[in-house]
Amino acid sequence: MKLLADRRRHPMALVALLLVGLLLTGGAYALFTQTSSAKADTASASDIEEGKKLFAANCATCHGMNAEGSKAGPGLIGVGAAAVDFQVGTGRMPLQANGPQARVKEPQFDEEQTAQLAAYVASLGPGPAVPEDEYLDASKGDPAAGGGLFRTNCAMCHNVVGSGGALTRGKYAPNLSEVSEKHLYEAMQTGPQNMPIFNDANLTPEDKRDVIAYVKEVSDNPSPGGFKLGSLGPVAEGLFIWFFGLAAVIGLTVWLSSRAK
Amino acid sequence: MTSKEHSGGGSQLEELNGFTNPGLPEHKPRLADSDPRAEKVAERQVAAWFILSMIGTIWFIVAYFLFTPGESMQSIRLHNMFVGLGAAVAMFSIGFGAVLWAKNLMSDHEGIDERHDIGGSEEDQAIALEILHQAKEESGIARRPLLRNTLIAALAIAPLPAVLVFRDLGPLPGDKMFNTLWQKGTRLIRDVGGIPSVDSERPIKADEVTIGSAYHVLPSGIGDEEASEHPLNEKAKAAVLLMRIDPKELKEDPDRKDWSHDGIVAYSKICTHVGCPVALYEHQTHHLLCPCHQSTFDVTEHCKVIFGPAKRPLPQLPITVDSEGYLVAQSDFPEPVGPTFWEINHP
Repeated sequence: MKLLADRRRHPMALVALLLVGLLLTGGAYALFTQTSSAKADTASASDIEEGKKLFAANCATCHGMNAEGSKAGPGLIGVGAAAVDFQVGTGRMPLQANGPQARVKEPQFDEEQTAQLAAYVASLGPGPAVPEDEYLDASKGDPAAGGGLFRTNCAMCHNVVGSGGALTRGKYAPNLSEVSEKHLYEAMQTGPQNMPIFNDANLTPEDKRDVIAYVKEVSDNPSPGGFKLGSLGPVAEGLFIWFFGLAAVIGLTVWLSSRAK
Repeated sequence: MTSKEHSGGGSQLEELNGFTNPGLPEHKPRLADSDPRAEKVAERQVAAWFILSMIGTIWFIVAYFLFTPGESMQSIRLHNMFVGLGAAVAMFSIGFGAVLWAKNLMSDHEGIDERHDIGGSEEDQAIALEILHQAKEESGIARRPLLRNTLIAALAIAPLPAVLVFRDLGPLPGDKMFNTLWQKGTRLIRDVGGIPSVDSERPIKADEVTIGSAYHVLPSGIGDEEASEHPLNEKAKAAVLLMRIDPKELKEDPDRKDWSHDGIVAYSKICTHVGCPVALYEHQTHHLLCPCHQSTFDVTEHCKVIFGPAKRPLPQLPITVDSEGYLVAQSDFPEPVGPTFWEINHP
């Protein structure tokens, strides 16, 4: 304690105190926030009723009381359960702020409520359904064929291993490494926002499963070269070598020709 | 220019342009020279680095056998990392130790490197001139203008065969820049990566292309060995992006109205700027973005350039449906695809 007391007037003492305060409050927040519970459910008439209530309370402001759409949000008749499951399940909807693109955030509804919303919207008009489990099993897919499809259809926006990329005017293609198989499938099926819609004639369910197998293969396996640096390619690697490598080289050069003590 | 002294070193120059020569700084002895304890410490430091290098070498050998690669990505990664670390430590430590030895322990005598005149002495220059003069006299080149002139003429035209040799290095492109594999009636097939073989082609029906779709398309027959000699070169010219837009939103030229089919449009994927594939399709804004230099094309207006360095809109492939409902091309592109080149207006 004497050591601490001796240094109580040190200029860095304030910084240290701030750091401790931030860590404590941040840690407390993380400990006490709720996490959503996981529960599976199959659609039923009561689900649609519940979904309608949830929709009226949370979605109708922008999407209209009957999902017919308004100036603030497009109509949802015919988007199908898959679209709802994706948008609500990844937290993009309900939209919190207007901007070039809806951002992923903590989902506001748990799995049961998401399924109810999906059931309600699906009842309004036929549309893509939530994919069956056999098409979400990455082990049944062919990652090599999936890689060919990914490079042709997806890599230009999402990067060759799905690390994400920029589009125009603040839009972006997100990083795919943490996205679940179900959400990957639904995104391909429904084409959220500016992503093209890959219907079953363009990419068959088996094709989609191959693509999912590829994404999981490159995301879940460690890179043989060591640090991926975000898999962003030349920019990240260049930054790394110019900042650290060149700094080390310059340091060594200065030391080399400096006078010995 | 004030004259400078050239014998001896710069330290002997007393004054130049009004500034007195301050002389060399005093020699400061190093710690290792003055303090015998510091000398021992410095010696141990250098030895430690060399011992570290030996450890690195042994680590390399052990890691080479301990972490065998091949079973999984993780095994390759571990092998690379540990073997690399061992080699790096081994090599770096020898160098670092050697430099430390030189800086701290080796003789610190300061020496001066003289900088002498580059030119030779007066005598040498005179002798050289005399040799040249003698050569001129003995060859008689000044007295024999016929020999001199014919020699110059022979040397002048001797490099001309090189022009032909270089021109022969490869065939001229001919009309390859102006044509692609697309012809009247060529079916549009799906691109699944690489070159599809003729048996595995997947043609596209018009009703499979729904609003918001983006299909990556190649000409049917690209995998046919007889029709396309260099399929990858052909793919680099013939790649096409197929999209469907609500016909109400399309603003078409009157003379190109029949190039689309019910809102389905096909455009070359090769950017007219430097040739990257333009395939970032934003289906709500109907913009096509090229990732390389961000040229943006508006698909509702025949892919005219709305942003970026491209100067020409993407060439449109005129399409229609055949009797079975499959999408086919009506003809080749009306203009060359890809970046503008010198002869583009003179086929």
